Amino acid sequence: MQYPAASIVFFVLVVAVLVLGFAASRWQSGGGDLGHIEEWGLGGRRFGTWVSWFLIGGDAYTAYTFIAIPALMFGAGAVGFFAMPYTVLIYPILYVVFPRLWRVAKAKGYITGPEFVRGRYGNRWLALAIGGTGILATMPYIALQLIGMQTVIGALGLPGHVPLIAAFAVLAAFTWTAGLRAPAMISIVKDLLIYLTVIAAIIVIPRELGGFGAIFAKVPAQKLLLAAPPPGSAGAYSGYATLALGSAMALFLYPHTMTGILSAAGPRVIKRNAVLLPAYSLLLGLLALMGFMALAAGVRTMPQFAAGFAEYGASYAVPALLLNAFPGWFVGVAFGAIAIGALVPAAIMAIASANIFTRDIWTQFIHSPSHKGETLVAKLFAIVMVVGAVAFILAIPSAYAVQLQLLGGMWIIQTFPAVILSVFTRAFNGWALLAGWAVGIASATWLAAENHFTGSIWAFHVLGYTLPSYIALATVLLNAAVAAVLSPVFHAIADDRGQDETTEADYA
Amino acid sequence: MIRILLFLVFVLALAVPFFNRAEPTLFGFPFFYWYQIAIVPAGSLLIYLVYRAEDRGEAE
Repeated sequence: MQYPAASIVFFVLVVAVLVLGFAASRWQSGGGDLGHIEEWGLGGRRFGTWVSWFLIGGDAYTAYTFIAIPALMFGAGAVGFFAMPYTVLIYPILYVVFPRLWRVAKAKGYITGPEFVRGRYGNRWLALAIGGTGILATMPYIALQLIGMQTVIGALGLPGHVPLIAAFAVLAAFTWTAGLRAPAMISIVKDLLIYLTVIAAIIVIPRELGGFGAIFAKVPAQKLLLAAPPPGSAGAYSGYATLALGSAMALFLYPHTMTGILSAAGPRVIKRNAVLLPAYSLLLGLLALMGFMALAAGVRTMPQFAAGFAEYGASYAVPALLLNAFPGWFVGVAFGAIAIGALVPAAIMAIASANIFTRDIWTQFIHSPSHKGETLVAKLFAIVMVVGAVAFILAIPSAYAVQLQLLGGMWIIQTFPAVILSVFTRAFNGWALLAGWAVGIASATWLAAENHFTGSIWAFHVLGYTLPSYIALATVLLNAAVAAVLSPVFHAIADDRGQDETTEADYA
Repeated sequence: MIRILLFLVFVLALAVPFFNRAEPTLFGFPFFYWYQIAIVPAGSLLIYLVYRAEDRGEAE
């Protein structure tokens, strides 16, 4: 064993947390029936302000984020800091949209976003498109959580895939028994460990490196700031801004984040969390700067880390920095936090996808079972998601998972008009929204393919001016425009405005 | 109308040409970095002001 102390602490933490997952099944249940999908898949909509804070925080700020954002800073520089405006902008959106969506979901018993869309438009095909997009976008996201965990297991010098498979087998088991309560309980431990790690790192490492001034001084000039745009172009500026805005619009459309929000006890819990959750953004900002600390510490040229960088690339920057700066036992705590940080969102992603599969695909198109049967279908599909993700990363190079996740972000944002705009208006026609969705998915996929699935920015030329934009944002605007133009046309042919099972009172 | 403060969050976060500069530094942080860290608590505060103005004290 290359790092015995770190490995032991790491294992104790991960095992303790997995045990906790099993203990969670009766927690906060209030006597609810776990055989009902609202209990298994949504925790009975009973989580108060603090549990929701930990749950949504642990859900939205994943292990992959904690590895990938500092890696982007380490490799590409300033552009990686788009994570700050991105995670600032998600909260005004959360505050305005989701209290209304929560109310209508509670009133009508919806447990997924697509279910709301189906109720709103009486159109199960539109809901299928929205739900299918969610499941497809989530699959590579789960795979990336496993890659985050694999990076720290690999950094400990532990061989093979056995620890990873073991961890996810246990994850599948407690997801089966405890449902959403398991990640809710685990997220509390995980988040406390992450905060501990980052605060320690932010105090100890800059002191070793001579302070933040010295760290920034060692960052090459072209990485320190965005490049000034050339004449006739918005250059890196519009790229950065659209990346932040588009990412923020997409975040709460993912099934796992939607599930986290709908499991709150009520609209005030959501609003308070729009105020309190930015604490995690601060944490992410400090973590991002660890990419620069890794640059300044020069871990890339240290011989003991050469093999790690060769295997994991820039993703190895933070693990190497921690291994270099901290005693073994604390590295174990930090790596444990990252690994558990992979388990929490992975579990919620599996549960959220299972809710969608059950409510929007199985019961709509295949077979309509009882409450008990519904929960069984969901549990089985959650296992399928976890096993699928493990198989995916064992079979396919991790670069593909990264590319698919990039594509997933461009796909999931295409559900914005149907889900978010429908919370405020019923002016759209359901089939027009479906047409807009199809145009959005097709154009986003096409532009991403033109970029060889590696870049997410496309330079648009508007009246002789170059306007680089995050592909997701540009294509969702096209999507909304198509839906808006077609809606009056479709209303004239087949008016579906009578098919709305919600009333204004359900939202207010 | 108090919700105009939420719009202000977008302005603060997306003013890239304004904050893409190194000076003035704060505690060794170039402006680009400390500004974007500072908008996190600023955004939270603005949302809190809206929450406080709108909250009618109903159930959760």
